[in-house]
Formats: sequence, structure tokens, C-alpha cells
Amino acid sequence: MIPELGHFALIVALFIGLALAVLPIAGAARDDAAWMGFARPAAQAQFVFVAIGFFCLMASFVNNDFSVINVASNSNSRLPLEYRIAASWGSHEGSMLLWVFMLCGWACAVSLLSKRLPLAMVARVLGVMGFISVGFLLFVLLTSNPFDRLLPPAMDGRDLNPLLQDPGMVFHPPLLYMGYVGFAVAFSFAVAALLAGRFDAAWARWSRPWTTAAWAFLTLGIALGSWWAYYELGWGGWWFWDPVENASFMPWLAGTALIHSLAVAEKRGAFKAWTVLLAIAAFSLSLLGTFLVRSGVLTSVHAFATDPTRGSFILIFLAIVIGGSLTLFGWRAGSVGFAGRFDRISRESLLLGNNVLLVAATGAVMLGTLYPLALDALGLGKISVGAPYFEAVFVPLMAPVVLLMGVGPLARWKQAPVGELAARLKWPALASVVAAVVLPLAAGRFSAMVAFGLLLAAWVFTTSVVVVLQRARGGSDQLLKQSRSFWGMVLAHVGVGVFIVGVTMVRGYETERDVKVSTGDTVVVSGWRFTFKGAQEVQGPNYVAARGIVEMQREGGGEVTVLHPEKRVYKVQGMPMTEAAIDSGWLGDRYVSLGEMLDDKTWTLRVYVKPFVDWIWGGCFLMALGGLLALADRRYRVDVKAMKTEPTPATASAVPPVEQVAT
Amino acid sequence: MTPRGKRFVLAGVVLGGAAVAVTLVLNAFNSNLVFFYSPSDVVAQKAPQGRTFRLGGMVETGSVKRQADGVTVRFVVTDTAKTIPVEYRGILPDLFKEGKGVVAQGKLEGETFRAQEVLAKHDENYMPPEAADAVERAHKAAQQSKTTLQGVKP
Repeated sequence: MIPELGHFALIVALFIGLALAVLPIAGAARDDAAWMGFARPAAQAQFVFVAIGFFCLMASFVNNDFSVINVASNSNSRLPLEYRIAASWGSHEGSMLLWVFMLCGWACAVSLLSKRLPLAMVARVLGVMGFISVGFLLFVLLTSNPFDRLLPPAMDGRDLNPLLQDPGMVFHPPLLYMGYVGFAVAFSFAVAALLAGRFDAAWARWSRPWTTAAWAFLTLGIALGSWWAYYELGWGGWWFWDPVENASFMPWLAGTALIHSLAVAEKRGAFKAWTVLLAIAAFSLSLLGTFLVRSGVLTSVHAFATDPTRGSFILIFLAIVIGGSLTLFGWRAGSVGFAGRFDRISRESLLLGNNVLLVAATGAVMLGTLYPLALDALGLGKISVGAPYFEAVFVPLMAPVVLLMGVGPLARWKQAPVGELAARLKWPALASVVAAVVLPLAAGRFSAMVAFGLLLAAWVFTTSVVVVLQRARGGSDQLLKQSRSFWGMVLAHVGVGVFIVGVTMVRGYETERDVKVSTGDTVVVSGWRFTFKGAQEVQGPNYVAARGIVEMQREGGGEVTVLHPEKRVYKVQGMPMTEAAIDSGWLGDRYVSLGEMLDDKTWTLRVYVKPFVDWIWGGCFLMALGGLLALADRRYRVDVKAMKTEPTPATASAVPPVEQVAT
Repeated sequence: MTPRGKRFVLAGVVLGGAAVAVTLVLNAFNSNLVFFYSPSDVVAQKAPQGRTFRLGGMVETGSVKRQADGVTVRFVVTDTAKTIPVEYRGILPDLFKEGKGVVAQGKLEGETFRAQEVLAKHDENYMPPEAADAVERAHKAAQQSKTTLQGVKP
């Protein structure tokens, strides 16, 4: 009964979505307030019905209803409760339903938090989101119904893939999807503006917090996925440039460019056409990512089934969304304009540099991800593009971005006197060079790569300090008056610096050893002694494991830490799994994982010492936190009309006319 | 400088930067492509000596031999027609098994393929597409030679 109820709720949601996609947009065109007014309640009702569908699926998993194919294939009666809940999105069908659930959640949030927006704008934005929801609801109902029944019911389920039985599974997909799907809001604002032919600073201000929110969630989702891969796959790597990872990284890069160009669009009224294009690109890349991951084009833990109808459905939808929005853009772009003038050295030009480089990086990642797939699809042979390509391309493209990041916040809008900039940057530059030389020497081994990485990180930190000091010129009480979005920016930029420290130190100083050990053997790696004390058998809820005992101590003596790496065999699927044991700290991780059992007392053991590795995810966390802080800025909550009558100092002097109505 | 002139300079800088980026990307792309070969390709000397490539097929049953140091493993990769010996130092992925599909990345040194990486699989039932491809091609080649031979018969 519950599955049928869920299925029915999704069908109702589809019809609400159809009405939502048509009525409000038509109403906005005809200036019909009743039709436009339909948008908000429709978006909220659709969310309620999709939520019913989603929770019906979750209930089927929690109740072990093995008469549902999806549950029988991805769960088991002995699976712990939290993973039965997470298994709701552990399958292809369930994850697509999560996608729709998130989309309707965002639309519902827009409908609730848009009281100050003009009704026509709300109608268009929600209409576009309704259109997207129709596409995905059709996809779910026609090709991937999560509620299909299995007759006769299975006695028990085939269990969730053991790799997914991890707390990461509970958080990573929802966060990542929040980000992915959140760009739909930015996209809908852009399309709504194209439909209206109206771009002004107010449009950028409305769309900015939504974009920042989506970006922050995506950042968290990607970071969590990376951390999960690090401890779960047992390889100790944190990023593999795997196509699946790239699929989430491309929208992130485009989204990062977008939040920066939105800043220019809001403050200066420039870059409008470009901003609209980036918003279209960010969401299109999210859809492309969904296509790559879900169509079975890529085989990985994320790809569940190779069903050509599913792949072609998403591909057609992708073509409609990208093609349609770009056509609209081509038609309306003339009215958008590149308004706003600025000098060669100004905050605008620096942000333009940031955008060009980020877009180039997106293109480079796209080339490396899609080219092998295209060759394969055309039957021209199988090739792969590995980490060396991405690293060779990425570092030279991103290093200038990081350098610009130090300069941008210090530069004035419109025109930044070079002398003033140089004076402000003198000390950070000097301090960074000193840090780049001294720190690697202090760490014991100098290498150009490490020096360069630390130079960039030190540049970010020192320029951030100067940015803050600059704001405190009129007395330290000035700092209290700074906006939350200012502090958000500083925090996110510092996060990038922290991230760079992590990447550099791991790359420069990590040690990896694969060794054979018998009970009592000691291995010394990077100043740490690891003593293997044997392994014993333990029983888990749905697996048996060999649990190794490894005592770890600093070479000079000191506290002994006991690590328990495991080798599990999951009973239902008979699949072996390595669970690494990690001792984490501020200055680095000690990472031990079991290889193979060679005889009763002898195992192969993998021992890693990874300095500063947690800074990688810590940096990402700070970036996301910065985004969320900026989101809390007061100006997104005050009345837009009030803002217009009382111009702020930043916009009063040189803003061009903020409204451009299409002819 | 006139605003128009400034705009040209700006456009020039952007285009110049883009050109540098494109050159960089294509150059890195070209030198880092990893091609895929089956054991039959390698025996037919289609694979390069000294350049990294991927080798795919099945792990021949009974061929996995662990060396005395415990972490160096030798095994044979087959596409059912031809075989190539592989040597790998390190810990193999959980789902590496005799008789199952495998993809290794590394370099050919004389007759032996020295793998730097043996690719992990994520699922018990999953066959790496490269490995499946290698076996399929070997089968097709065998079919073809069979029909050719039959054609020769009077």
C-alpha cells in the first residue's frame, strides 16, 4: 500500500509541475495576476507531494518491504537502520527521486522567501523550476520508478553495496545534490530575466544568495565525498580526477566563477550577459554531471545500471535545457548589455581575470573527461586521461587565480591606482616569499613544488590580513560594522589558503609503504614506529572481519596508540572490503590498512604518513562556511524598495542606470 | 588612451591569456593520453615500449605468484588468445581475483608489463569495459580466422 501511495503522490506532483510550468509564465506574459499568483501555492503543493513520495520510499526501506524491487536489490533485513534510510538514495531510482525532492525543496524555499520580489519575477522563476521538475518527474516515473513491485516478493534483500555502508553515505549524496540542484535556482533566475528582458542590480541581488547557498552545499558535498574516498577506498588518495569526480567539479568551477561575476553584476551593473551565461553553464554542467554519472556511460560505484533509455532521456532533456536557454540568450542578449565601464586595473578587471581562468579550467576538465567518452562512443578506441594531465593543466591555471585573489579585495572598483595597490601588497609579497623559502627548509626537505605551494598559501593568508586591516583603518570598531558578506569572503579565501597548505604538504612530504609483516614485526615510517600485533576475527551485523592490531608510537618513545584496520567480508554479496584505521591530528594523519593474509601470522600492510592532509577538507569546510556567512548578510533581508531610495556609499558614486528595459 | 583603446587592450589581454591556456591544455593533453591495449595487441607489437599504457584482460587462473618479499606479485593477463606476464609491487585491490577481469596501468619492459597501478573495481559483478573489450576482440579474431580457414578448404 505504501509504495502505491508514493507512486500516486509522484503522479500528482507531475501534474502540479505541468501546471506550474505553463500557467505562471503565461500569466507573466499576459500580466494576469491570478495566473502568476498560482506559482507560489503550486510550488509548495508540489513539494508536499514529492515529499510524500520520498518518505513512502524511505518507509519501504525502513520496513524491509522486499516486494519492492528497489528495496530487494539494495537493502537487507540485517542492514542497520541508518543505512536502510540511506539506501533510499543508494540506488539509481532512489537517487533520482532525491534529485527531484531537492529541486522541489529549493522551489518551495524560493516561494517562501521571495516576499519582496515582484510577482512576475517569482512566477517566471518558479515556472522554470516547474519545467525542470516535469522533466525529472517524467524521468523517474517512466524509466526509473522506485516503487516497482516484485512478485513474488523476495525472502530477503541483496544488500546495499558494502562500499556504501558508511556514515558518508548518509550525508554525501544529500549535500552534493543540494548543491547540484541548487544551481537550478540560479539558472531559473537567469532564464526568468531573459524571459522578462530585464536585468538590473536588483536581479543580481536576488539571485546571489541562492547561488551562494548552492555553491556552499556543493563545496561541502564534494569535500565530504573526497574525505569518504580517502578513508573508505583504502588507497589513501583524496582526489583521483575520476570522471565521476570531475562531473561534480565542473559545476563547482563554473559556480565559483558565477558567484564572483554576480558580485560585479550586483555592485557595478557590469558583466550581465556573462553572468547569465555562467548561470546557464553552471546548471547545464550539473545536468551533464547527472547524465555522466547516471546513464551508465561511466562505470563506477555511482553508476548503477546501464539502461540506454535512461541515458538518452537525460541527454534529450539536457539538449532541451541547454539548447532552449542558449537560444533564449541569443535572442535576448542584445538587451542585456555589457554595461559599466572600468579601467584596466580595477576590481572588475581582476574579477574578469578570475572568471576567464576559472572558465578555462572548467573547459580543461571537460576536455579530459569527455574526450575519452567521445572516442569510445565513436568506436575510435579506448583511451584514458589520468591525473598527470589534470595536474599539468590545473596548477598553471589556478595559481594566477590564487594570486589575483590576494589583489582583488584590495583593489578599488572602477579604477585602482597602481601605486596604492603596490603599497598595500608590498608586505604580503615579502612575507610570502620569506615563508616559501623558510618553511620547506624547516620541514626538512626543500623542493620547488612545496615552496611554490606555500608561497601561494602565504600570499592568501597575508593579503587577507591586509584586507582586514584596511577595513580597520578608522579604528578597530570599524570591523564590527563590516558586513557578513565581507567576513564570508575573507573566510572563504582563507579556506582556499588552508586547502593549498594541505595539498602541498601531502604532495611534498607524504610517505607510503607497502610491507609484509608477521606478528611482532615493526615498520618505521617518517619517524613513527608501527608494530603489528596480529589479527583476530570479529563479527559485525552483516559481515565478518579480520581485525588487525597495530601499535603506533613516535620513534623517540611516547604515547602508544592502537589502530584497528579491518578486512571485512560482507555476507550477502560475499564482497571483501578494506576498512583503514586512521589516527588524525592537526599536523597530519597516520593511515594503516590491511592488504592480504599470507598465512596465519603474516599480512601485507599498507602504512601511510600524510602530513596536513586534513587541512584539505578543513579548507573546503571554511570555504563553505564563508559562503553560508555571506548568505546571512543583512542586505538580502532588507526591503529592496528601501535600498533603492537610500543608495549605499558603494553604489552611490558611479553606478550606471540600474534598470534596462528591453525594447 | 581612449575608452575604446582601453577596451581593445583589455580584449587583447583576455584573448592572449586564453590562447596561452589553450596551448597549455592541448600540450598537456597530448603528452598525457593513456592508450589501451589488449594482450594480442602487445604480442603483435602494437604497444609502445617505455610509454605508459593500459593493459586489460582476464587474470589467468593459477598464474598469481607472490614473490618472497610478500608485496611483489606476478600474474598473467590473457584475452583468451594471447598472454602477457605482469609484475606489480604493492597491495592489490580487494576485488582482484584469478579468472576475473583486470586493468593494469604501467610500462612494458622487455616481455614483462610492469604495472604502476592495478585498477580497483567497485562491484563484484562488474567487468572493466577495457577487459571485456579485449576478450571480445580476441574472440572475434578467432572467429574470423576460423571462417577464413573454412573458406580456404576446397
